[in-house]
Amino acid sequence: MVTPNTEFAYNSKIEGEVVVSRADAIINWIRTNSMWPMPMGLACCAIELMGAAASRFDIARFGAEVMRFSPRQSDCMIVAGTVTYKMASAVRRIYDQMAEPKWVIAMGACASTGGMYRSYATLQGVDRILPVDVYVSGCPPRPEALLDALMKLQQKVKREPSAKNLRSA
Amino acid sequence: MSATAAVSLVFKEKFPRVTDRASGDHPAFNVPLAQVVDVLRYLRDERSFDFLVDVTAIDWAEGTSPRFTVVYHLFSTVNHDYVRIAGNCENDLEPTAPSIVELWPAANWHERECFDLLGIKFDGHPDLRRILMWDGYPYFPLRKEFPLAGIETELPDAEIAAETQAKVISAPQAGGPFVAASGEINLTEAEPRAKDESWNERRQKPDA
Repeated sequence: MVTPNTEFAYNSKIEGEVVVSRADAIINWIRTNSMWPMPMGLACCAIELMGAAASRFDIARFGAEVMRFSPRQSDCMIVAGTVTYKMASAVRRIYDQMAEPKWVIAMGACASTGGMYRSYATLQGVDRILPVDVYVSGCPPRPEALLDALMKLQQKVKREPSAKNLRSA
Repeated sequence: MSATAAVSLVFKEKFPRVTDRASGDHPAFNVPLAQVVDVLRYLRDERSFDFLVDVTAIDWAEGTSPRFTVVYHLFSTVNHDYVRIAGNCENDLEPTAPSIVELWPAANWHERECFDLLGIKFDGHPDLRRILMWDGYPYFPLRKEFPLAGIETELPDAEIAAETQAKVISAPQAGGPFVAASGEINLTEAEPRAKDESWNERRQKPDA
């Protein structure tokens, strides 16, 4: 007697303990859900960054609550605040010390463009020294905006050819 | 202001070269910089002006002489009174002033800031380095001839500069500096971004 298979979901009796997927999907799934930030808090944006990490907004919902103050253990640098030329070298050095793969969120007007500081002392956008993945507008941005940026970054990471990058690295 | 008159009177007996300085608020005096340490010590020890509020300086712009004036603000925690002391630097090209770090250790960073931004050298300062800009920065940013946007120069760290090809640039002003009292002008049209772009809320985007 032949019975039609009407189960479309995962069936452990048939497939055992094997899940078939693409390497990219698995790697990116892991990366997007444990994106540990390097909080580069340089000005008032850092207060909103703290707000995003605290209980009301709770960045932990997106797997990014583990603020690492060591660049060796972090994946995503959040540049929150005004980058002066004096500080720019330190920001770049910390970025260089982060292990691949790594991403950068420029949080707020100052980090993105220099903001209102059109002056001799301020770097006119952190993208002059770092490759920035997501820019967040606002002065400072609300925590929701940072969460939105994080989700945008997760969408971006999900499209990366991670397995290929691993082989070529 | 009887307190002012009292300070002024005793002052002039003791330091005949001290003159009154025009002031909109607190008593103020012009003092030759050579005497300023003695004057400040006298004010601290005998007039109970025991609190150094600020050390700063004025640049009266290129071509004027004297060009630089060092200004000291003192406060008396006993009488709750302020006094302002100002002295002109003799050299307009390489201005110097005596350091008062030995009177108030708090003057240390004030004098460093003054040196950093206006280029006034304080004789006798224990550690006269830049405090805000980095060591080796070639300009004094608060001097009148220095543009707000800055002047193109190298990044402080040569290694990072080589790696990133970034420089300290003259910042794009985009219609600024943006200075206006509210109600004076239409802020939407005066904002830098409005001048930066050919269209905004009030002006239609021109047909391409």
